[in-house]
Amino acid sequence: MSVVEAVRTRTRTRRRWVVLALSGVLVLIAGLSLSLGDYPLSPDQVWRTLWGGGERVEAYVLFQVRAPRLAMALTAGAALGTAGALLQALLRNPLASPDLLGISGGSGVAAVFALLVLGTTGPVLTVFAFAGGLTVAVLLLFAGRGQRAGGYRLILAGIGVAFLCTAITNFLMVRAQVEQTQTALLWLTGSLSSTPWWQVVTLVLVGIASVPAVIASARWLPINQMGPATAAGLGIHPSRVQVVAVGAAVLLTAATCAFIGPVGFIALCAPAIARPLLGHGAIGVGSSAVVGATLLAAADLVAQFAIPGLQLPVGVVTGALGAVFLLWLLGTSKGRNL
Amino acid sequence: MSTDILSPRLVARGLSAGYPGRRVIEDLDLAIAPGRVTMIIGANACGKSTLLGVLARLRPPMAGTVELDGVDATTLSRRRFARAVGLLPQQPSAPEGLTVAELVSRGRHPHRGVFQRWSPEDSAIVDSALASTGMTELADRPVGDLSGGQRQRAWIAMALAQDPRILLLDEPTTFLDLSHQIEVLDLLRELNRTQGTTIVVVLHELNLAARYADELVVMSHGRVVAHGAPADVLTAEVVAEAFSLDALVMPDPLTGTPLIVPVPGGAHSAADHA
Repeated sequence: MSVVEAVRTRTRTRRRWVVLALSGVLVLIAGLSLSLGDYPLSPDQVWRTLWGGGERVEAYVLFQVRAPRLAMALTAGAALGTAGALLQALLRNPLASPDLLGISGGSGVAAVFALLVLGTTGPVLTVFAFAGGLTVAVLLLFAGRGQRAGGYRLILAGIGVAFLCTAITNFLMVRAQVEQTQTALLWLTGSLSSTPWWQVVTLVLVGIASVPAVIASARWLPINQMGPATAAGLGIHPSRVQVVAVGAAVLLTAATCAFIGPVGFIALCAPAIARPLLGHGAIGVGSSAVVGATLLAAADLVAQFAIPGLQLPVGVVTGALGAVFLLWLLGTSKGRNL
Repeated sequence: MSTDILSPRLVARGLSAGYPGRRVIEDLDLAIAPGRVTMIIGANACGKSTLLGVLARLRPPMAGTVELDGVDATTLSRRRFARAVGLLPQQPSAPEGLTVAELVSRGRHPHRGVFQRWSPEDSAIVDSALASTGMTELADRPVGDLSGGQRQRAWIAMALAQDPRILLLDEPTTFLDLSHQIEVLDLLRELNRTQGTTIVVVLHELNLAARYADELVVMSHGRVVAHGAPADVLTAEVVAEAFSLDALVMPDPLTGTPLIVPVPGGAHSAADHA
C-alpha cells in the first residue's frame, strides 16, 4: 500500500472516531435538554412525543419550548465553532475569535442603539445586529488589506474596533433609562430563552448559504497556514482566502449574534478543543462545528439548572466556563502552541 | 536532451522591483536556462532574494515582465503558474504536529480543484516524492521532530509533489551544517539530472555554488554583473566587484570548478567600495 495512503487513512480513521465520539456527547446533551425542565419528560416520553405519539401538553413543551431552544443552541454553537476555526486558521492565532475581532461588538452596538435609541425590538433588532457585525467586518477587511495583510494587522485592528464598540455601547447604556438598560444588558449577555422557530430556520438557511465558502476555506486554509511565501508558491491567493474565510466567519457570527446576542467564548473554545483531538496540524472546521454545538447546548443546560429557580442567560455561563477553560489551556500548553 | 524542450522558459525582461521609494533591482534582464541548475549569488542586499520573489510571483514587478514560455506570468492564474513553477522559501514553517506525509501531500494543491477529491495518482506522486528525497521511512513523523537536514528534505519533497518543471529555492542550505548542505545540493542536482527539472537556487556559499551550478548569475546592487558557466564567470575581478572582497580564484582540486580563497584582510566595506 502506498505510504501516503497509509498515513492519510490513519488520519481519516482518527477523524471519524473523533466525530463519532463528539456526536455521542451531543446526542446525550440534546436528550437531556429535551427531557429536563419545569415539566420533566422521561426519555421514553420524549421519544414517543417526537414521533407524534405524545399528549398535547407534552407536544407543546417539546416542540414549542424545548426543541426550538435546543435547535438554536446547536445551530448557533455550530456556526460559532466554524467561525472560530476559520479565523484561527486564517490568522494562525489560537486566540483569534469573532469576539476578539470586534464582530460581536459591532452587532452589540447596533442592537443596543436600535433598542435604546430607536426603541425597536424583534426582527428589526436582528437586522440591526447583523448589519453592525457586517460593518465591523468590512472595516476590518479594509484595515487588514494590502500586500502584507498578515494576521497581526487584522487582530490589532479588531481589538481597536472591539474597544470602540464597548465604549459606544457603554455610552448608550449610561444615557438610557434603567428599565431599558435591563433589556439591553440581557441581550448583550446572550440568551437562548424563548426562541421562536423562524429564528432557527433563518439561521440554518444562513448556515447553508455559507457552506461553499466554508468548504473552500477549509481547503485553502491549511495551505495558507504555511506562510505567505509557501502558500503563494502553491498557487494560493492570500487576499482571496482572507475575503472568503473572513466573509464566511462574519456571516455566521453576525447572524448568530443577531438572534441570541454576542455569546462569548464558544468560537474561541470549540477549535481549541477540536484541534488537539484531531492532531496532525488539522484546522478541524467540521469538528469545531460539532464541538461548538455541543458546548453551547451544554452551557444552556447549565444556565437553566445550575441555580435552582434562577434561569441564567447562557452568555454568563459561556463567559465563566470559557474563561476558566482558557486559563487551563494556557496553563497546560507549556512549550507547545495552543 | 529532450527535457530541455519539456521545461518551460522563465525569462525576466526589464524587471524592476523593490519597495515604494527604493528599487532593489533595476531594469534587469535574465533568461533562466531550461533544464539546468542556475545559482544566483551576490552580497547581502544585492537583490537576489527579491529577484527570486518576483520570478516566483511572490511580489509584483514595479516595471518589466516575467514571462513563462513567452506568456506574461501575471496573466496566468496563480494555480496554473504554480503547476509549472514551484518555490521553496527561506525558512518555511509547518503547523504544529503536521506529519511529513501530510506536508508533502500539500504540494498537490495546485493540481486539485477546490471540490476535487484526492486521487490515487496524487498518492503515487507523493510517494515518489518521498522516495526520491529518502523520506519514506519518516513519512508519519511530525515535521517539527525532524533534524534540520531531514526537514529541508521534507520541504523539497513537498516542492517535488507539486511536480513543477521549474523549482526556485531561496537559500535552501541556510542553518544546515556542511554535510547536510552537500546532501541537499546533491539531491537538487540529482533531480535535475534524472527528471530534467530546471532548478534556480539563491545561495550564499560561493564555493558550493561554483561547484553545483551549471549557470552562475552574479548580482551586485540590483544588477546582473555576470552570467554563465562558473569557470567563465567567477574571476577575481567579479568577486571583487560583487562582494567587495580580494580573493584568489583557483581550480577546485576535486572538481576543477573555481574555488574562491579570500585574501586575509581583503574585505572592503560597502562604503569603501562606493
